[in-house]
Amino acid sequence: MTRRSNRNVPFASNPLLRVKLPAWRSQVVMLMVAIAFVALAARAVWLQVFSQNFLQKQGEMRYAKTIELPASRGKIFDRNGVVLASSLPARAVWAIPEEVDATPRQVASLAKLLDIDERELRRKLSEEDRSFVYLKRQVDAAVAERVAALKITGIHQQPEYKRYYPQGETFAHVVGFTNVEDVGQEGVELARNPELAGRPGSRRVIRDRLGRVIEDVRAVREPHNGRDLALSIDSKIQFLAFDALREAVQSNKAKAGAAVVIDARSGEVLALANWPTYNPNQRGQLSGAQLRNRAITDTFEPGSTMKPFTIALALELGEVTPSTVIQTAPGRLAIGPNTIGDAHPHGPLTVEQIVQKSSNVGTAKIALGMPARKMWEMYTELGFGQAPRIGFPGAVAGRVRPYRSWRPIEQATMSYGYGLSVSLLQLARAYTVFANDGELLPLSMFKVDEPPSGQPVIAAKTARAVRQMLEMAAGPGGTAPQAQIAGYRVAGKTGTAHKRDGGRYVNKYLASFVGFAPASDPRVIVAVMVDEPAAGKYYGGLVAAPVFARIAGDSLRTLRVPPDAPIAQLAVPESTPKENM
Amino acid sequence: MTRANILLSALLVACALGLVTSQYRARKLFVDTERAQAQAARLEVGWNQLQVEQTALAKASLIDTKARRELAMQPVSAERTLHLVVDPVDRTVRLGTPLPEVAAAAVEPAARARTAGAPR
Repeated sequence: MTRRSNRNVPFASNPLLRVKLPAWRSQVVMLMVAIAFVALAARAVWLQVFSQNFLQKQGEMRYAKTIELPASRGKIFDRNGVVLASSLPARAVWAIPEEVDATPRQVASLAKLLDIDERELRRKLSEEDRSFVYLKRQVDAAVAERVAALKITGIHQQPEYKRYYPQGETFAHVVGFTNVEDVGQEGVELARNPELAGRPGSRRVIRDRLGRVIEDVRAVREPHNGRDLALSIDSKIQFLAFDALREAVQSNKAKAGAAVVIDARSGEVLALANWPTYNPNQRGQLSGAQLRNRAITDTFEPGSTMKPFTIALALELGEVTPSTVIQTAPGRLAIGPNTIGDAHPHGPLTVEQIVQKSSNVGTAKIALGMPARKMWEMYTELGFGQAPRIGFPGAVAGRVRPYRSWRPIEQATMSYGYGLSVSLLQLARAYTVFANDGELLPLSMFKVDEPPSGQPVIAAKTARAVRQMLEMAAGPGGTAPQAQIAGYRVAGKTGTAHKRDGGRYVNKYLASFVGFAPASDPRVIVAVMVDEPAAGKYYGGLVAAPVFARIAGDSLRTLRVPPDAPIAQLAVPESTPKENM
Repeated sequence: MTRANILLSALLVACALGLVTSQYRARKLFVDTERAQAQAARLEVGWNQLQVEQTALAKASLIDTKARRELAMQPVSAERTLHLVVDPVDRTVRLGTPLPEVAAAAVEPAARARTAGAPR
């Protein structure tokens, strides 16, 4: 210590520095330094107080990022887990026209990959005033990769989902479809859109130099995928129904057709087929006729398929018994100024035979003996005039006018299915009362775990009596022997309704058949409707009944229902129902 | 005093290094889980894709045409069907409905068909 102090000459007393300087110079320097410090402090305050938010945001932008967590739309299955609709990742290809810099060859190959017209593509890319233009949406992942491989500047991609319908046209009307924004437009996709649609989540993360996510900054908002749905439809039965219907519509040169298969015990819809149809995967040009789900959204005058309900009511009220004889000769009946008639005149018929032979006169005579209110109540209880609650878009109510305004002629025609309108699904549902010992079942398009409780409409005894009449109608001597299925007893009723055009009945027909099998213990109810058959035949028994036989027979086989009839008893030649058509 | 200081600073350095390593390892593991999750998502997409493809290939209409046209198969008819019933108690198998004599009659053509070679 001492040595150091010896060497140390006090700085201020150094003679070399003893120069006289004006005092203001040091003061100026002091001031300058002070100003510099003040400036620094001001800058610090500016940065840390006034622009703090901005700077923090900027900083965060360089390492933190919010990632969207996409949620996929739920799948739709049939009752056995077969996929009917599923979402797969796809890409939207978009461009910033100003930035696009592509050689003509690149544009040509891009147009080819995206399957759009080259001129159209050029036009899109030359729209200088737009900063964003979609070139094509819902591009398959494989194609999108090849687009990316072209490495054109200004062409970008964005992930999205594309909906696939592997079952195609067979299920088009049931499943429906979504638009490019993944929102349901038709069918189940529309009806259950809120459930099917997922809720996307997000997370805030820190990324490292390589762009890898290394930390979550805040709690992750989990994405919720859409719920998967299991329909009540059986894809095998659906195909069988669809195939039989298509063949019938085409061979009869009909305008359209629809078929419904219902599980007679649970009320589940096993099949719902429509023709014409469309491919939901390629919806280029769709017409309204193709899109319409006729079984649910179209109403028609049912014709004779309504007769069993009139007879059931008469039996309920004790007005007749199955063996009561009613005179139907000479095949016409005058009610006021109007006359109704039978297609073929019959003599005296029992009530059973009236159903079997489908006599309008007989049914009308029975109906005119009943109060209009009772008939109206019966129709209403059966669900006519009210939209069925099956959770499906576009289900129509049909039309049953209030009984107070019925004139006698109207009451008479309504008893055999004219003057009111129903949808095929309503009609099929109403037949559950016969198949189910008098109880009307609620329908469901979705798989139900336990059979729902029915609503009693008629007595079990009445239901069984009508069931027997329906079995006669579908047997030899009835209107629809072609409804027979080898090995099973069937019951059902034909309908051949004149169509109305401009308020008058014209020579266009709507052939229908509603029935169930096996008659001893019904398992399936099948309703078939063929609109305007134009190949000569138009009776429900000739046009719709064979379709019923084919669908019901195949369905029972698919459901492994044991036969309830000895095969030797068959009224129809022992060829398969298909060959019989 | 000095020794304590040295010891403490050594400890401090060790702790700091430990912190750095553990942070590094945490991030590494995090990256691994991220990667695994991404793979899970990819596999899920692949599974969905395969499911769709399987359904498209196993479509009833496709099988129906192939069976009819290429394999010349026929739909099952009731005349050629024997229904067997498995007894729930002793697991014996017997002919079920339709009536036994009808079933017996149904066996005959089937047996004849077998000896004559499969009908096309």
